[in-house]
Amino acid sequence: MGLTEYFKSSGRAATLAATLLIGSAGALAAPDAAGGDPFPSTYRAAAAPPFAIVGATVLTGSGAEIPDAVVLVRAGVIEAVGAKLALPDGYAAVDGRGKWVTPGIIDAHSHLGVYPSPATPSHDDGNEAVAPNTAEVWAEHSVWPQDPKFRLARAGGVTSLMILPGSANLFGGRSVTLKNVPAVTVQGMKFPHAPYGLKMACGENPKRVYGAKGRSPATRMGNVAGYRKAWIDAADYARKWEKWEKDGRAGDPPRRDLQLETLAGVLRGEILVQNHCYRADEMVVMIDVAREFGYRIRAFHHANEAFKIAPLLAKEDICVATWANSWGAKMESLDGLEENAPMIDAAGGCAIIHSDDGLLIQRLNQEAGIAMTAANHAGLSIPRGEAIKWITANPARAMGIADRVGTLEPGKMADVVLWSADPFSVYALAERVWIDGVPVWDRADPRYQAPSDFLLGQPGQESSR
Amino acid sequence: MIRAFVAALLACALGAPAGAETVAITGGRVVTVAGGGDIAKGTVLVRDGRIVAVGANVAVPPDARIIDATGKVVTPGLVASGTALGLIEVRTVEATDDRGSGAPGLSAAFDAGYGLNPDSMLIPVARLGGITRAIATPAYNDRPGRELLFAGQAAAVVLDGTPMLMRRGVAMVLEMGDAGAERAGGARAAELVALRAIFAEVRDYKIRRAAYDRGETRSYTLSRSDLEALIPVVEGRMPLLVSVNRASDIRDVLEMARSERLKLILEGASEGWRVAPDIAAAGVPVLVTPVENTPASFEALGATLTNARRLAEAGVTVAIQGNGNHREREMRYNAGNAVANGLDWRAGLAAITINPARIFGLADRIGSLEPGKDGDVVVWDGDPLDTLSRPIAVLIRGVPQPMQSRATELRDRYLPGVLPPANGDKP
Repeated sequence: MGLTEYFKSSGRAATLAATLLIGSAGALAAPDAAGGDPFPSTYRAAAAPPFAIVGATVLTGSGAEIPDAVVLVRAGVIEAVGAKLALPDGYAAVDGRGKWVTPGIIDAHSHLGVYPSPATPSHDDGNEAVAPNTAEVWAEHSVWPQDPKFRLARAGGVTSLMILPGSANLFGGRSVTLKNVPAVTVQGMKFPHAPYGLKMACGENPKRVYGAKGRSPATRMGNVAGYRKAWIDAADYARKWEKWEKDGRAGDPPRRDLQLETLAGVLRGEILVQNHCYRADEMVVMIDVAREFGYRIRAFHHANEAFKIAPLLAKEDICVATWANSWGAKMESLDGLEENAPMIDAAGGCAIIHSDDGLLIQRLNQEAGIAMTAANHAGLSIPRGEAIKWITANPARAMGIADRVGTLEPGKMADVVLWSADPFSVYALAERVWIDGVPVWDRADPRYQAPSDFLLGQPGQESSR
Repeated sequence: MIRAFVAALLACALGAPAGAETVAITGGRVVTVAGGGDIAKGTVLVRDGRIVAVGANVAVPPDARIIDATGKVVTPGLVASGTALGLIEVRTVEATDDRGSGAPGLSAAFDAGYGLNPDSMLIPVARLGGITRAIATPAYNDRPGRELLFAGQAAAVVLDGTPMLMRRGVAMVLEMGDAGAERAGGARAAELVALRAIFAEVRDYKIRRAAYDRGETRSYTLSRSDLEALIPVVEGRMPLLVSVNRASDIRDVLEMARSERLKLILEGASEGWRVAPDIAAAGVPVLVTPVENTPASFEALGATLTNARRLAEAGVTVAIQGNGNHREREMRYNAGNAVANGLDWRAGLAAITINPARIFGLADRIGSLEPGKDGDVVVWDGDPLDTLSRPIAVLIRGVPQPMQSRATELRDRYLPGVLPPANGDKP
């Protein structure tokens, strides 16, 4: 079907055409500018009446724990949060007594949609494991919006998530940040104007995958040579485009290269490096590589050994996205600790609990609770108001969306979870979840529990999950 | 001297640890997971490795070592089923992975009771999750072109750092459903037919052993050692532990066990809730991982967080498993999640103590706090199923275990570097 036919079949032909034209014009002028997204978000929050959650204990995501609080939501954004707020006229009251409220949970490391359920070769779309540098691929082109796990994650309070390519490659490709709303297309889930990330991977995975194919990288030194070669090419590419711009765009522009475009976006600071890296020594090598080529690492992911260099990571302003419980499957993950994230936090760093898993994403609150409890048992002193940042404000920061989500500060998107109990407890259930002030999950109301298309008519769906 | 050595060996084999003393755990809320129910402020008295008294008014001998559990919760040691404890260190380091064999002619005969490593670094980590005993369970080591129906025999093990074997051959492990069909040639029917043929062979072999050794029987598909290993299974003495998920597969397995007169344990059973009355009527227990609620495959489309609750409500004996290999310590949280989704709290605790003990024939020794049982006791600073609580003491056969692991040693080495100067000696 040609473009014209497509537009004819679309009810919004004019709007789409306009968007596409603007997009392609932008792409011609500056192909690697993050602003010129050729696959723009079509997500628009529905209008929703104002409401107030009254009487709950609120963890704001900015450090505070406020008992018996009121949360006011209006026009899709947080209007106010406080202990003694009056309920304005026209606001629907949600009874929060005995319950807890947090910002929407944010997962900084997910493969939902790119490794969907059920696992089949047809849907195994997370690793373009054919070359160590596939910076040209974009995770969003693999996301299957019908992955039933999006809905399960919603029931776990997850409102935003970053979908990454896998870790087979040195450069795995671009990540995409999604709002966890039901949608038929990935564009319908894309977090509007969220920056892109670039998935990079250290250590055992790339050298195992390519060593087994009899090609480089087969060692860690091969890994590092691979990064540096790529950055040399990227710097060269960026210079050519800068020169063309500086010369008043005279003559033909340099030929676009999807791979180098993404890497050059990193060098310009527009695309955020999300670096899978377990060992402390390798993280420090990666920091040196970044310094050599003048880019910044936004977050180390998995990072089981981050606790060994916690003050350095705090000083470098690099987030650490990790687990409490996963360790030991590989040599590079042997030193995993329950207290890893809390130790990063105690050193003044940006600590994140992530999932990397379709089961854990439903329980990030519990994983944070395990880390917090272990740390306090070990003599650290981490209050709930701080620990909630590991699954709200800090992942928002790592994903470059902290100006819009991650806390309940006035003006932020009203991504909110109402929990049945202390959210760090195993017994806490997300009773209600809102995204941009719109209800997307309600434990007591089947209208907000709809499973993906895939599960319709399948056996065993009469039980809620 | 030899006699003393033999006596010591015997003592080990019988489960009485060297240097056992009298230990009194006093003042805690004792959850016996037995007829005694809960005791608000109770004492558990352990002598020479065995529980000798549990109650509100237990006289504490003057020489007893006292563990003050006032304000704490006291439970039996947790029993983890379906683990690799003692069989693995690092999954990607093949030499440290003894969960399964690729040897031809060694399927049912593979015995996880051999080669166990009590010094495994995984064991202290699991113990800090309150786990004192486990079922070391073989796993398939599939090689291309190799037909291998059974993974082998599971063994009951103790996690106190002494030689681990508690009981050999507590179950014969078999995967059915998708994975079993694949091994049998790509179809469920192939596996069901192959299994029935094998059970018939085993029965035939059993009555013709002498003729077999003289070479006067027809040839069998299985090796002699595999045939031998399956005799207790066809005699209904050793349970067949079948990993299976789809409702129809569960029905097929129940029917096979009925017609072949096998003793059965189901594992996984994602869609077990859909056939719960059938499972209950067959008196078959189920090992579940309640957090596995994704439709991960076409055989688990009906997976749900309410599976454990629904099975228990139908009258099925349910044991709850951990998250495998290095992640067994999460078993208690898995039970907590089942409770959060409707399972009775006591049933949740039973699912990680007395139920696995019963299912694997160990309830005479472990699984509850009752006089005569081994002194496996855990003291918790809160609800044992909650993420907000931690064990503060773990006893195995009456011996307090070190509350350390390689991970806590690493933590303590680096912790001073992150503490504010006022709290720590920052280097």
